[in-house]
Amino acid sequence: MQDQDVIREFLIESHENLSRLDQELVELEKRPQDTALLASIFRTIHTIKGTCGFFAFSTLERITHEAETLLSQLRDGKRKLTPSLISLVLETVDATRKVLAAIEASGEEGPERFEHIAERLRLAAQSPADAENQGGTDSTPPLPAEAQGVIGSSETTEGSKPEETVVKSSAVADANIRVGVGLLDKLMDLVGELVLTRNQILQFNTEREDAALNTTSQRLNLITTELQEGVMKTRMQPIGMVWNKLPRVVRDMAVALGKQILLEMDGADTELDRTIIEAIKDPLVHLVRNACDHGIEPPEVRARAGKPPHGRLTLRAYHEGGQVNIEIGDDGGGIDVARVKQKAVERGLLRSEQAEKLSDREALNLIFLPGFSTAQTVTNVSGRGVGMDVVKSNIEKIGGVVDVFSRPGEGATVKLKIPLTLAIIPGLVIASGGERFVIPQVSLLELIRLEGDSSEKHIEHVHGTPVYRRRGSLLPIAYLNQALGLKSAQRSDAVSMVVLQAEDRQFGLVVDGINDTQEIVVKPLGKQLKGLTEYAGATIMGDGRVALILDVLGIGQSAGVLTESCEQSRVAVQQKSQAGIEQQRLLLFRAGSFERLAVPLSLVARLEVFPRNAIEHAGGCHVVQYRNRILPLVPLQAVLEPDAPGQNQMADSVQVIVFNDGDRSIGVVVDQILDVAEEAVMVRQKSSRKGLLGSAVIGKRVTDFLDLNQVIHAATESWFEGTGGSGNGKRILVAEGSAFSRGLIRSGLDMAGYRVLEAANLDEAIRGMEQQPADVVVAALDLPPQGSSALLAAMRQRTEWQGIPILALADSAGQAQSSASQTAGFQGCQDKFDRGALLESVARLASAQAVPEAAPTSAEAEPACMAEER
Amino acid sequence: MTSDTAALKSERTETSGQFSTFFVADLFFGVDVLRVQEVLRFQQMTHVPKAPEVIEGLINLRGQIVTAIDLRRRLRLPPRAGNQMPTNMVVRTDDGAVSLLVDEIGDVLDVDAATYERPPENLDPAARDIIRGIYKLKERLLLVLDTERTVNLAAAGDA
Repeated sequence: MQDQDVIREFLIESHENLSRLDQELVELEKRPQDTALLASIFRTIHTIKGTCGFFAFSTLERITHEAETLLSQLRDGKRKLTPSLISLVLETVDATRKVLAAIEASGEEGPERFEHIAERLRLAAQSPADAENQGGTDSTPPLPAEAQGVIGSSETTEGSKPEETVVKSSAVADANIRVGVGLLDKLMDLVGELVLTRNQILQFNTEREDAALNTTSQRLNLITTELQEGVMKTRMQPIGMVWNKLPRVVRDMAVALGKQILLEMDGADTELDRTIIEAIKDPLVHLVRNACDHGIEPPEVRARAGKPPHGRLTLRAYHEGGQVNIEIGDDGGGIDVARVKQKAVERGLLRSEQAEKLSDREALNLIFLPGFSTAQTVTNVSGRGVGMDVVKSNIEKIGGVVDVFSRPGEGATVKLKIPLTLAIIPGLVIASGGERFVIPQVSLLELIRLEGDSSEKHIEHVHGTPVYRRRGSLLPIAYLNQALGLKSAQRSDAVSMVVLQAEDRQFGLVVDGINDTQEIVVKPLGKQLKGLTEYAGATIMGDGRVALILDVLGIGQSAGVLTESCEQSRVAVQQKSQAGIEQQRLLLFRAGSFERLAVPLSLVARLEVFPRNAIEHAGGCHVVQYRNRILPLVPLQAVLEPDAPGQNQMADSVQVIVFNDGDRSIGVVVDQILDVAEEAVMVRQKSSRKGLLGSAVIGKRVTDFLDLNQVIHAATESWFEGTGGSGNGKRILVAEGSAFSRGLIRSGLDMAGYRVLEAANLDEAIRGMEQQPADVVVAALDLPPQGSSALLAAMRQRTEWQGIPILALADSAGQAQSSASQTAGFQGCQDKFDRGALLESVARLASAQAVPEAAPTSAEAEPACMAEER
Repeated sequence: MTSDTAALKSERTETSGQFSTFFVADLFFGVDVLRVQEVLRFQQMTHVPKAPEVIEGLINLRGQIVTAIDLRRRLRLPPRAGNQMPTNMVVRTDDGAVSLLVDEIGDVLDVDAATYERPPENLDPAARDIIRGIYKLKERLLLVLDTERTVNLAAAGDA
């Protein structure tokens, strides 16, 4: 197969060369002194000889070799050019043509050996040069007369041997012409027009009873279809065009990664529209690189798994059902579903309990989420978390589908389903609000018609949102009339619904009527309408009127049925990628009327359940004996809602969150522990309510953050005083832009017995210091507006503040270490979320200071430890 | 108007251009004649839900889909009387053909550059946005429509 292709190429090229030789030789005869021309002729013959040798066409090689020898003598000036020599070379050209024709017909050179030509060429080259040249050539002729008579031009050569020398023009060479892509595109456009006109005529035909028109339109139909196919074929290119650069890619990857990879390609001649070839080029390369990098294991790992050391990468392309399938398969380790899930959770793309519910198949599709990568290390070839989502969106952009299959230990396969062409697509014509619309068939899953009384019952409502039970799972429903603001149709007793697939989600779209499917020609909308995401374009229908093509994704989004999951994860990734967003593990729980409360999990020591009868009273507080110690209990509801009724009843057992600080512990009684969530805390609102830091959106629900410090203060003032927190009431100024971080830092310092001043920016910090200087200043590196260095500079300018130590706060330990240059002049730099280390540093700096006036600890905290009666 | 044309032609017309004229309500507009692709009687249109209000719909111009912009709405003028059918004036723009819906088509006029003037400052912003200038003809004022700005709805905003 491949050989034949190469030979075809050789034939085309040789025919071109021979035609040029004809011309040049005739030209040379007129201008024998033109050495450049002679050199060109020599090169051409040389090229033909070279390729013949490559294919082992011995006859051709022999005669071209002899001709080359002769020509080299001419070129080097060893021999003078005579007309007879030119004739001889021209004869060689004709002989070459004959052999090529034989090759084209049978694949072999044919029986004729052209010995006489070779012999004459040889003799001509060997004969004594210059002086006797004339005689030399003419005196060694098997056919001297003929050669003589030939002098002059190539035409006479042919004339002298009419039957044999007039070589039939080559079928291969003549069957190929180069055509500009622009012309093909124009043709395609015109065919598009023709298809539309054909559709119009056909519709016209159905309205009339005219036999003649009927026959004509039938023929028109047939011819148009054939023409359409024909023109489409002209734009087709084999996928091999893209594949041929892959062996190099794979080889380079294999060398770079120290792997052994065999690339196998099957179906390289599968043809696709050139616009599609362009569109899949990059995704294909990416998928191949991915397979080399993540799929195929290093030789030693393969050996351990009992596989051959060289991995096998298979590319397959084939037609199936009007589409082209492309498979990129490897025999590597496959995709580890568990690791995919774990990674997705780590990256905050979904929650752990969501991950557990996913089927293996759904989990595999997680790799297409933006920001996902399971590569252990980021190599220079892949693993940066961009790629698979881009592959997917690029393929979907051209109406294709990406699927991934994995057999653990045996390899993974990515399957692309690509439409053959983009310009003409099948579409379903639907009606809504008196207008017609077209839905691309690729997005269409099924049609549902609900009839009779039950139609209303079939569409159920969840909190006002319509849903439909489709084979056991709920399908969100949108009404096209509403989505587009069209007037609603009269109530009919039947509901027509199309089930659509947009990216990885499905929804039902209720329309007024479903007409039929048609081949439509997609036309772009004008600039004025580009902003409307609801439409993918427009087309012209059989009656000549324009109909809009719906963009399924856009419709779903504007109708509000496609907003979550996909979009959300994208948002989450974006949020994450911006530095400085706190990714927190949070404990979620419920207490009293607060349905969702949260504390950072890092503060929580243990979760315990105590039976009611284990709770005792001591010093006016609830306590339990816990690990040979007395654990004071704080009923959270009583702190948050001191006035709420019914809080005196204690359940049979109580859920307690145990917080530790140093060697002291305290238990906070809550109603129920809900969950642990890892979230980038996005929306924040400061709360004025006692016991709460503020609110944030966690897991799509508004959640209140507990101000642990206040709660504990409120409950057990004595807890701090009894053991005397290490802080001893020293004043700490916390200058930090993020209210959330500030709250966290504050709660840690509060618990350690410091008095904390807060400042959200430089001005507030200065003002705070002016009112009452702090003993230690803790400032975030990114303190608004210009960073903590500005605060440092301001403080060092004032003599009274010069001795006050300043601790810089970084977002992470990494930053704390790496930003040494920024932290020059500070008394240290700490990770703001490493509570222990932070407290240690503050304690060290505070104790180094001279002790100022002793301030009472948390005098304002009201004693709220429950003196409740049971 | 033909007398106008003749009079103007006799004068020096090197710097002036030829304008296709049309009426929208009582306004007399002109568009550079080379910009006009063709004029069609009212066509059936496909309404585009959710599109900007000034877009009347889409027409099929021999297989090409052309957006039709209602100049009355573009100029914030009251709508046409119910029985009055607008005419499509298809103009070439940088982004392909666009149809402008006008009330009536007038003659092609040669105008003298000397009679040109910038539009007055106190013109309604909606009109000022798309009127490039004014030629003071003998009988009436010819408003030069800036077609690029007319079809650029993004720039229209809510000026």
